[in-house]
Amino acid sequence: MHWVFEPGFFSSQPVHVAVVVGGVVAVVSGVVGVFTVVRGQSFAGHTLTDVSTAGGSGAFLLGLNPLLGFVGIGVVGAGTMDLIGVQRVRGRDLATGIVLGAATGLAALFLYLDTTERATTGATQQILFGDIFIVDPSTIPVVVIFSVIALGAVAAIYRPLLLSSMSSDIAAAQGVPVRLVGLLFMLALAVSVGLSSLAIGSILSTALLIGPAATALRLTRRVGSAMVVASVIGVGATWLGVLLAYDSFYWGSSQQSLPVSFFIVMVTFALYLASGLPVVQTVTGRRASDRPTEEEPRSPHS
Amino acid sequence: MTNAWVIATIVAVIAGVVGFFVVLRGSAFPAHAIPNGAFAGAAGANLLGANTLVGLGVFSLLAALGIGRLGRRGRHDVATALALVVMLALGAAFLSRSSEYEPVIYSLLFGEVLGVSSTEIFPVAVLGLVCIAAVIFLYRPLMLSSVVPEIAEARGVRADRMEMAFLVVLAAATTITVPVVGALLIFSLMIGPPAAARSFTDRPPLAILLSVGIALVTVWAAIASSYESNWPIGFFVGAIGAFSYAVGRGWAAWRRAA
Amino acid sequence: MTDAPRPPNDGGEILAVDGVSVSLAGRQILDDVTFRVGTGEFTGLIGSNGAGKTTLLRVILGLQRPAAGEVRMLDQPRGRRNRSIGYVPQKVLLDPDMPMRARDLVALGIDGHRFGFPMPSKARRAAVDEMLRAVAADGFADARVGNLSGGEQQRVLIAHALISRPRLLLLDEPLANLDPGNREEIIGLLRRIATEQHIAIVLSAHEINPLLPVMDRIVYIAAGRAASGTTDEVVRTEVLSALYGHHVDVIHVHGRVLVVGGPGESGEADIPADPACRVG
Repeated sequence: MHWVFEPGFFSSQPVHVAVVVGGVVAVVSGVVGVFTVVRGQSFAGHTLTDVSTAGGSGAFLLGLNPLLGFVGIGVVGAGTMDLIGVQRVRGRDLATGIVLGAATGLAALFLYLDTTERATTGATQQILFGDIFIVDPSTIPVVVIFSVIALGAVAAIYRPLLLSSMSSDIAAAQGVPVRLVGLLFMLALAVSVGLSSLAIGSILSTALLIGPAATALRLTRRVGSAMVVASVIGVGATWLGVLLAYDSFYWGSSQQSLPVSFFIVMVTFALYLASGLPVVQTVTGRRASDRPTEEEPRSPHS
Repeated sequence: MTNAWVIATIVAVIAGVVGFFVVLRGSAFPAHAIPNGAFAGAAGANLLGANTLVGLGVFSLLAALGIGRLGRRGRHDVATALALVVMLALGAAFLSRSSEYEPVIYSLLFGEVLGVSSTEIFPVAVLGLVCIAAVIFLYRPLMLSSVVPEIAEARGVRADRMEMAFLVVLAAATTITVPVVGALLIFSLMIGPPAAARSFTDRPPLAILLSVGIALVTVWAAIASSYESNWPIGFFVGAIGAFSYAVGRGWAAWRRAA
Repeated sequence: MTDAPRPPNDGGEILAVDGVSVSLAGRQILDDVTFRVGTGEFTGLIGSNGAGKTTLLRVILGLQRPAAGEVRMLDQPRGRRNRSIGYVPQKVLLDPDMPMRARDLVALGIDGHRFGFPMPSKARRAAVDEMLRAVAADGFADARVGNLSGGEQQRVLIAHALISRPRLLLLDEPLANLDPGNREEIIGLLRRIATEQHIAIVLSAHEINPLLPVMDRIVYIAAGRAASGTTDEVVRTEVLSALYGHHVDVIHVHGRVLVVGGPGESGEADIPADPACRVG
């Protein structure tokens, strides 16, 4: 065991906090992520991460808890994106892009002010790339509360959301308030992105949101079981990432650890690639390539 | 300071031309992802002490090929999102190993126009010309494939090859523009001006010229404001980009009503 | 049930589809489809949704390789890039925000597949104008294509397909989502093009009645199999029953044709949806 878990892994308090926060965040990201992928909203999800960068750096500027900034501005951004255009796929991408650009501009300003006005060093990399080892243990209850809110919201709108993700027309015909359900989901997405921004940094939180969910959807067809699989993959990738990052301190002679987020992203991506291997596809009874062409959905980017 | 103006002008022209096709094809997400790949390249070059432009070029090309390749099977937006974060994570890892951390990240992500030296202008200008030439060469099939992909396919213009060719052009444009406006904000410059331009005209070539014009105004105004206020140029590019888009939408709505 | 060579506008054979079979994902989409199309002929490709019409058109275009059989055009095996075919696909989505006029889209039909920037010239402009007049689209030549109505967009797409002077024009469900008036006009326009310019037309549709007056030949597809010939030869109770594999009745009501499924296994899915002739 010694060569797997480097000395002090189990007794280190930052590791405990990282394992708890990372696990909770990965579960929320897995659940919300499955709907994000099914609804084709990866870009919206990613945009919210950049929006939350602005929130995180703004909170830093005001001396608030970054989590509040991440989540707070994410909710505002989600509302704005919903407001300025959701009807057409192309129009939606463009509207999303404009919000993304404006939010990034704001983040640039806040980070600049963080470093010049408040002379806080390290703000840029902490907000963008995260550092789960320095999360304050007192943040755990807040993380749990936000997680419960996000999971509760998804559970509450599960069926209408599923229906309107499959066909918004059918859902509308059955009396589902499609706009409202879409907006509620965006808010849950914003909270989820805020949480994962804390764990692996705002611009990398897309990895935890999309990676496990896309992998799970390649392995199972059913949305419910995909959520379970995605959560398991997410938690596994996060914990493995924490372990590797901790161990990397002892790699080589540099005595300098690599970022946790780097390992989480790489593990997630490796799993995604592995799930596309023919062996895995045969075992799970899924072949993506031989669907009839006539039924192939048109990609919004083609 | 003259260098800044010259290089920013080149950047605006390229962003305006390439951005027109980004908006036409609805490729906003790849246009955002590739510059982030470039960020990793610059960070890697920084770590190895190699030429930044080479690092930018190699990694934006890798990002473009990765998106094109991964997107062939499975969902395109998922492939783009994953390629994006993998590149960013690599960038983060590279930077954590190099000695100068924060200012480098900051300028790569959010741009640094005032520090351009005159030796950088020549390679950027050459690459810019190559980029424009590629767009002129691809103009018709790219247009056909963007507007009516099914017809293009029937006429022997394969959608996947056009997509790949365009992603490579996008990668070249990114290489030039990232050091100036930053990986996160080049995207604003590629989306805002073309999106605004198409509200004002119905003709494709005119829309491209207008898009270049708006991009030029955006960049020049951003440099001037950045110089005056000392605030980062990225902030102004993002804000003016969103503003020009809003003006375009307003104009289109007004014209419909009238 | 097989091909009866009786080309009304005899000018030679342009397209020969011989024993084409296609399966996708282990499902047989087309099974031994054979028919001929002659120059200047108007052929209706009739079948319900999912019968395999689009797949057959893709085979003719060379975009889908058949598992068996062959497509020959002008007596040449069908290669990948054959520009003597014009194509109007199903459900083209034209973004209203796209800065492109009707004439720009038609101009792309001339040489949209070639590399390089198009040099504006008087000849190009004249060719585009002429084509827009030919399809009666000159009234909205300078409007944005994305803002045009479905019928207007259909005309522009036909002009786009015709400007490269093809010998064969394929249209995939061009009548879907058009109101009856627009439908008549498009059909009349296509009939005129076939006759006057000697261009063979293959048009797929799920309704047979609007095409009855203009079709020289019908290719009726059901469950992947096809019967071809003139309308009188194909649209008969015994031919269609054999094709569907269970009994269907062909009923003539006021000059319209109604195909009614018996208490068959496949149920209603095989019956061409034809709301225009559904008698109450």
